[in-house]
Amino acid sequence: MSDLLKSYRFREERESDWRKLDLILTRAENSGVKALSDEQMTALPHLYRQAVSSLSVARAISLDQNVIAYLESLCTRAYFFVYGARTSLGERMMDFLRRDWPACVSSALGPTILAALFLFGGWALAFFLCMQDMEWFWTFHGQNFWDGRNPDATVDYLRSTIYTEEGELSDGQLTSFASYLFNNNAQIALFAFALGFAFGIPTAWLLVYDGVMMGSLHAVFWSKGLGYEFTGWLLIHGTTELFAIVLAGAAGFVIGGAVAFPGQMTRLNSARKAGQTAASIAMGCVIMLIIAALLEGFGRQLINSDVIRYGVAFSILGLWFAYFYLPRKADPL
Amino acid sequence: MNQTVPSAPGRVDPANVEAARRRRARMQEEERRSKLVRRLVTPEGAAIRLKLATATERAGAFLIDVAIQWAIVVATALGLLFAMRAMDPGSRNMAWAMWLVFYFFVRNFYYILFELGTKAATPGKRALGIRVASRDGGRLTANSVLARNFIREIEVGLPIQFLLMGGDRVQGWVALLGLIWSGIFLLFPIFNRDKMRVGDLIAGTWVIRNPKTKLMGDISSSTKTAAHERFTFTPAQADAYGIHELHVLEDVLRQSTQDVKAQVALRIRHKIGWQPDPGETDTAFLEAYYAALRRRLEQRMLLGDRKTDKFDTR
Repeated sequence: MSDLLKSYRFREERESDWRKLDLILTRAENSGVKALSDEQMTALPHLYRQAVSSLSVARAISLDQNVIAYLESLCTRAYFFVYGARTSLGERMMDFLRRDWPACVSSALGPTILAALFLFGGWALAFFLCMQDMEWFWTFHGQNFWDGRNPDATVDYLRSTIYTEEGELSDGQLTSFASYLFNNNAQIALFAFALGFAFGIPTAWLLVYDGVMMGSLHAVFWSKGLGYEFTGWLLIHGTTELFAIVLAGAAGFVIGGAVAFPGQMTRLNSARKAGQTAASIAMGCVIMLIIAALLEGFGRQLINSDVIRYGVAFSILGLWFAYFYLPRKADPL
Repeated sequence: MNQTVPSAPGRVDPANVEAARRRRARMQEEERRSKLVRRLVTPEGAAIRLKLATATERAGAFLIDVAIQWAIVVATALGLLFAMRAMDPGSRNMAWAMWLVFYFFVRNFYYILFELGTKAATPGKRALGIRVASRDGGRLTANSVLARNFIREIEVGLPIQFLLMGGDRVQGWVALLGLIWSGIFLLFPIFNRDKMRVGDLIAGTWVIRNPKTKLMGDISSSTKTAAHERFTFTPAQADAYGIHELHVLEDVLRQSTQDVKAQVALRIRHKIGWQPDPGETDTAFLEAYYAALRRRLEQRMLLGDRKTDKFDTR
């Protein structure tokens, strides 16, 4: 037997272990970790270490390219399995809701306040400009906006747009409108996040623009004496939706700030660290906007009382604040 | 390239010139490929070589994914239109609303859901044998996956919006500027060493090749060596070639047709001055020579002497 190649003997001794590892990995990749038996799970670390050391040896003594290529690919797969995330999608989502999301939001308090200033600054600016001279409304909106909710509309018409008449509910028009708005807003939220990359400048512009749109509309209703009613109509889903938009802006500023002022880190590392926090916040915005759309599609249509609208609006806002900013016990992990 | 091609002084053999040219080209190609290789040292202290996906592979995977997304969107929309004919206006709107939300999720979460899975790859990436990995070799976190995919909005979503913008002259200029901006993003992976998208940059990820290689039989296996007894090569004959030729020979033996094998066998016999026995087949000769060559080269390698190819004369 001394006639055999050293590299061949080496391979012959270990091949069955490689194949065992390959089998376990294929199984785990195709049907998830749960498909593995206890026996396979305990064998895995040992087989992995053996494959890795086989690779080092093979590189040194073997010229069989197939064996080396095979071991490279086997070790790469095993490495990513052993050191990769093994939690299921459901667990990851629970982690996100329980820990990651509120932690990321509360860590970005400064950018959140900055984003709120931009949004509500634009809002206030447009509101006061329009209150002084309604011509501003046309400057902001152009000629045809929002099915006639403009300064020329009558009070009765405006009132009809913020309350649901008897029998109007069944036509479902508003549901599809709400889902359209959700799509639109969620896309803009993701945009605000992604554009933060350019030092946050486009994000700021988006926030001000959104604020101006809403502020000028607010002024129209206000000037017709419907200020209180309109605010209730807006706030029932608005506390969630506007909060989401502010947070999306904050996500953009987190990245923008990290790129502009990297401090001790390299710009790349700083962007990377901030990017992950910001992405969490942006993901959360999408969830908030779904909730806002549900409130808008159902809550606002079903509840016609101003007092209840205000009540719902502020209790939900309170819940959001508690969820994000109340200090929580450190995880025992 | 520290070796020069040996040739008789004063006489330039065109075959040698051609061989030298091919050798140079081969080494350049190797160098180009080695630029895409990154070393990852595992906690066990062993080095794994990760090969980055090329920009072409990534573009291919992206096109497959976009095609799948469109197929989903169009198929569900057609199904919905068909189902809507039987509905009253109220539920029609409701169904339409649901579909819009569904569309949003297909557009933004298709990549995220697949990349969060154990394979860390979308169907398009899987088809091309590539996957997403964390740049620091650690765990690929959910946050990274979210970040790299939300950025896609400014890489792909924004240019499309600019493209759809037409109309008057001002908008035309804005659209042009937008296209330039998106061109920068689109070409970004080509112009950095690690072939990263902007999304990869923000998320701290890169895309690597993750091909599944099958373990094939060893050509110099024991069952065959018995038949190889009658082939004995002199040390000079076994020294005729280097590692590169050994690997080419391995490829020939594993995947070539009988025709190619016959030609290769002819050339090797000629080079080493081998007189074929009457009953000798080309395959048997090549396998025996492969085993002999590999034995010789592996012995030399153990002594720290890698003979890269037949020009490598030390």
